[in-house]
Amino acid sequence: MSTVLDVQDLKVSFHTRNGVVRAVDGVSFKVEKGKTTGIVGESGSGKSVTCYSLLGLVPMPPGRIEGGSAKFGDVDLLKLSEKELQRIRGSRISMIFQDPMTSLNPWLRVGTQVAEPLRLHEGLSKSEAWKRAVEALREVGIPDPEKRIHQYPHEFSGGMRQRVMIAMALITRPELLIADEPTTALDVTIQKQVLDLIRDLQKRLGIAVVFITHDLAVVSEVCDYVNVMYAGRLVEASPVQELFARPRHAYTQALMRSIPALQRKGEPLYTIPGLPPDLANLPSGCAFRPRQTPERQALCLTDRQPPLVEVSPGHWAQDCPGCLIRD
Amino acid sequence: MSTAAAPAPSPAAFELPHVQPGRSLWQDAWARLRRNRLAILCGGLLVAIVLFCFLGPWLTGWNPTETNLALKATPPGTVEIRPDGSGGKHWMGTDPLGRDILTRIMRGGQVSLMVGLVATGVALLIGVGYGATAGYLGGRWDMGMMRFVDVLYALPFMIFVILLTTMFGKSMLLIFLAIGAVEWLTMARIVRAQVQVLVRQEFVEAARSLGLSTPAILIRHIIPNVLGPVIVYSTLTVPAVMLLEAALSFLGLGVQPPDSSWGTLINDGAENLETSPWLLLYPAAFFSATLFCLNFVGDGLRDALDVRASKD
Repeated sequence: MSTVLDVQDLKVSFHTRNGVVRAVDGVSFKVEKGKTTGIVGESGSGKSVTCYSLLGLVPMPPGRIEGGSAKFGDVDLLKLSEKELQRIRGSRISMIFQDPMTSLNPWLRVGTQVAEPLRLHEGLSKSEAWKRAVEALREVGIPDPEKRIHQYPHEFSGGMRQRVMIAMALITRPELLIADEPTTALDVTIQKQVLDLIRDLQKRLGIAVVFITHDLAVVSEVCDYVNVMYAGRLVEASPVQELFARPRHAYTQALMRSIPALQRKGEPLYTIPGLPPDLANLPSGCAFRPRQTPERQALCLTDRQPPLVEVSPGHWAQDCPGCLIRD
Repeated sequence: MSTAAAPAPSPAAFELPHVQPGRSLWQDAWARLRRNRLAILCGGLLVAIVLFCFLGPWLTGWNPTETNLALKATPPGTVEIRPDGSGGKHWMGTDPLGRDILTRIMRGGQVSLMVGLVATGVALLIGVGYGATAGYLGGRWDMGMMRFVDVLYALPFMIFVILLTTMFGKSMLLIFLAIGAVEWLTMARIVRAQVQVLVRQEFVEAARSLGLSTPAILIRHIIPNVLGPVIVYSTLTVPAVMLLEAALSFLGLGVQPPDSSWGTLINDGAENLETSPWLLLYPAAFFSATLFCLNFVGDGLRDALDVRASKD
């Protein structure tokens, strides 16, 4: 099993008028070839910023990469110049976005947009690139691609547009695909189709996928390995079956309790009390402490941030006496 | 329509289907524009007016600045025979100095159209480039660039022009420059505001994640998206520029007599409205016809460039 991406101790912060926001604070994870690594967390937990910073897409200023490394092949993505990153983006690492309604340019034909990475990175002629684009659209299950390729994005439904985005991302056969909540904006039946598509293509092409989502049901469906993020840090990281069988961290457990499908009918839905902490002034110590139940809160670390420990082989969790539940 | 090659029923049905690369935005827009009869009609009329103004003076046979005090402000259709036997009809009459109105309208049209189109072109080029850059870069760059625009905005236009003319003397080029220098400011603001909205759209982020460079994103993804408002504003700028030129000429800063522009002709005509209305009627008719056509062509272009408004 070869590692495609190895992120170590990534730190990204935003220097704003209201102080320094530590959006990502010491995150490490690996992505294996042919596997899907999930990053799960609430809004504002830093999961998107983690991935944007890998491609140099974090606006700087106010953003700043404070430290860490991201080994992709034999290069460190965080140390590349904009020019070098441009050569990697869209050819070796591609990205798909949350909202397929706005991530296609309404003024350009779908074919032009799908063919764009090929024209840019492989220097293909227009007719060559369009031929490949038709194949790419067929591959993602768009019926009648010879005709559809001449249409504009507004003539496609949401699910079809997300397929177009996937075709566009994979047309250059990248080694790594970053999917930033690719199914959040779609309704459930379409969601399933798009997830299946991503999984199929990944198996066939053997690419590595980083899958960002806040939906644990989606995680269980597509991911091989899961990183749970909270307040810019990893609270738990584990192979997917292990995580669902034995969640160790209080936050992961709370997330699982909040899945509506797993709750009993007629009872009020469970929600995690409180709000995610303000990343501009994090409490010292365990970041989940303010949202813990009172008796556990007393046990949480207050003086230092809990380090990740390996609870069982391959399963890591933050070692906070209040939050970590050992066997 | 007949030029587009229909996919011929080929015997090679089992080969990879031939994929026609799509038409560009411009080819598309042209196809849609052609279906808009009013816009095409007005476009044709505009071309006719331009040809009329630039080629006409050779056909009428009159010199636009030659006076004839025997024929002061004669009505349309007056026939003048010079002592040497040459001469002809004054189709639109003569002005108080006996000059042929038709020829003067043509000559004036040359000046007005040049000012209108060149100054608008300059404003368009600078305004779109500047506004798009400021809007895209944002932050401190945007601040600096837009404050510069504010400063230029605050300069009183007339004082600016008087300053220029006293420093460099009166010339047509200077009028182009002065008007262009004022008109691009509004264009830059409009474009900047549009671009600021667009930059936050996900497809720009997506374009970046595909590895496009900043200039490529601006040219391929941003500027085509702002063309609609830009074109409409341009068609409004052309008449505004022509009026500015008329105002400058009225103050003696623009076109100098005996030369003419539509602005000066209309001014002269307004003075003689009671005695010889054709002096106002004909130049005003040309002026309004031009503006009218420009507006319809502008509307047509905007609709043609909007891929969502008119479906194929």
